[in-house]
Amino acid sequence: MGIFDKFQRLACSLEEVRQNFGGFNVVIEKILSPTRAVVNGHRVILAGTNNYLGLTFDEECIEAACRAIREEGTGTTGSRMANGTYHSHLILENELSAFFEKPHTIVFTTGYAANLGVLSTLVNREDAVILDADCHASIYDGCRLGGVSVYRFRHNDLEDLEKKLHRLRKKNLHQNLLIVVEGLYSMLGDRAPLAEIAALKEKYGAYLLVDEAHSLGVLGKKGRGRAEEAGVEEKVDFIVGTFSKSLASIGGYCTSHHAELEILRYASRPYIFTASLSPANLAAARTALKIIQDRPELKERLWHNAYRLYQGLQKMGFELGPEPSPIVAVRFRKPEEALKTWRGLLEKGVYVNMVLPPATPDGSALLRASVSAAHTSEDINHIIQAFAHL
Amino acid sequence: MDRNKIRQEVEGILREVLATKVEISPETRLEADLAIDSLKAMELLAEVEDRFDISIPVNVLNEVQTVEDLVLQIEKLLAED
Repeated sequence: MGIFDKFQRLACSLEEVRQNFGGFNVVIEKILSPTRAVVNGHRVILAGTNNYLGLTFDEECIEAACRAIREEGTGTTGSRMANGTYHSHLILENELSAFFEKPHTIVFTTGYAANLGVLSTLVNREDAVILDADCHASIYDGCRLGGVSVYRFRHNDLEDLEKKLHRLRKKNLHQNLLIVVEGLYSMLGDRAPLAEIAALKEKYGAYLLVDEAHSLGVLGKKGRGRAEEAGVEEKVDFIVGTFSKSLASIGGYCTSHHAELEILRYASRPYIFTASLSPANLAAARTALKIIQDRPELKERLWHNAYRLYQGLQKMGFELGPEPSPIVAVRFRKPEEALKTWRGLLEKGVYVNMVLPPATPDGSALLRASVSAAHTSEDINHIIQAFAHL
Repeated sequence: MDRNKIRQEVEGILREVLATKVEISPETRLEADLAIDSLKAMELLAEVEDRFDISIPVNVLNEVQTVEDLVLQIEKLLAED
């Protein structure tokens, strides 16, 4: 048996897609703005990004990034532990702490690395993680790297979560239990019932980690995410997130009221053994974080667009995710239908994300449309019309 | 619950999850013979947990290749409870 034989099933599926639909890999041939690009030769409206506040082309962010490159260079060439901690890493950590009102923050090189770095270190074989079944791969991978026992509860199912907490507590009164959920789920765009989850955390003496990757800048009065919106920030032990969505950069963070978080800097392998965040990315993230606080109208605009798209598609009878949000998921029972629709939209000048199993939560195929504060009313009309005229 | 009873129950759950009248023996391999992928495996796990009122760590799946492997894991978890 050859080393690549294990990929045979995957290769067959890919070949099938290529033959029937000419493939679905996308190359952004030219990016024109937060909402426009040339894809597969078509000039399209981008309705499948995570650019929620539309800041990737913001003048202030661009200027800050350019200045940082001129002043600090293009890369750090080292890990945080060695020569890769610059003054600007510490400033961003302090600014995030001030924003979240949590005294301890660690910045990582990507959002993926943040989950890997925190989860692989914070919990070990003695502990248990109880996570929502729809959690991101980085959460599963972080748990796997640390070797902790992982128990899944059905997506947003409080009864199933409590059942698992109850069983684990009954077995061991003193075991560290860590509940892990996301604030806003990336595929269906639905929120976690966080107030109820936080109450269960207290009832069973567990810890709670919330990944706010898709909810930073999107939910909560100050844009701090789902924990703020649900009024449970004090009960959340760890917030993890990314700079690659609303903050229009790349990088990740973990913030907490636990002073002991700082020790992770000396124990977390994904923090120690990778190059640190580049000066340009730090500067762009810092500027975007300031914009979230200074320009609340961006969030309002984002939600206005989200409601319009959700309601527009709902009226046409599409099967959507459970609630309106900047992520509008359109479900298809057959992957072939999703592929056809995806190609039709592209021809009509609209790019959305195509998501096939096993990346989808329940095995169905999804077209994941997402809106940005940078979309105009005409853009949203265009997207709705493209779906209408398929 | 004795091992035979666990085995019978597991075979029943497998037929439900796979929605087919497939031949199942203790040596049947879940992935190679029944084409149970990661999604189906999670469905199977959830059903087993509900039916036996146990919690199974996801990590255990790495050690489960055959129907009998799963039966032995359930037996072990029931004994721990």
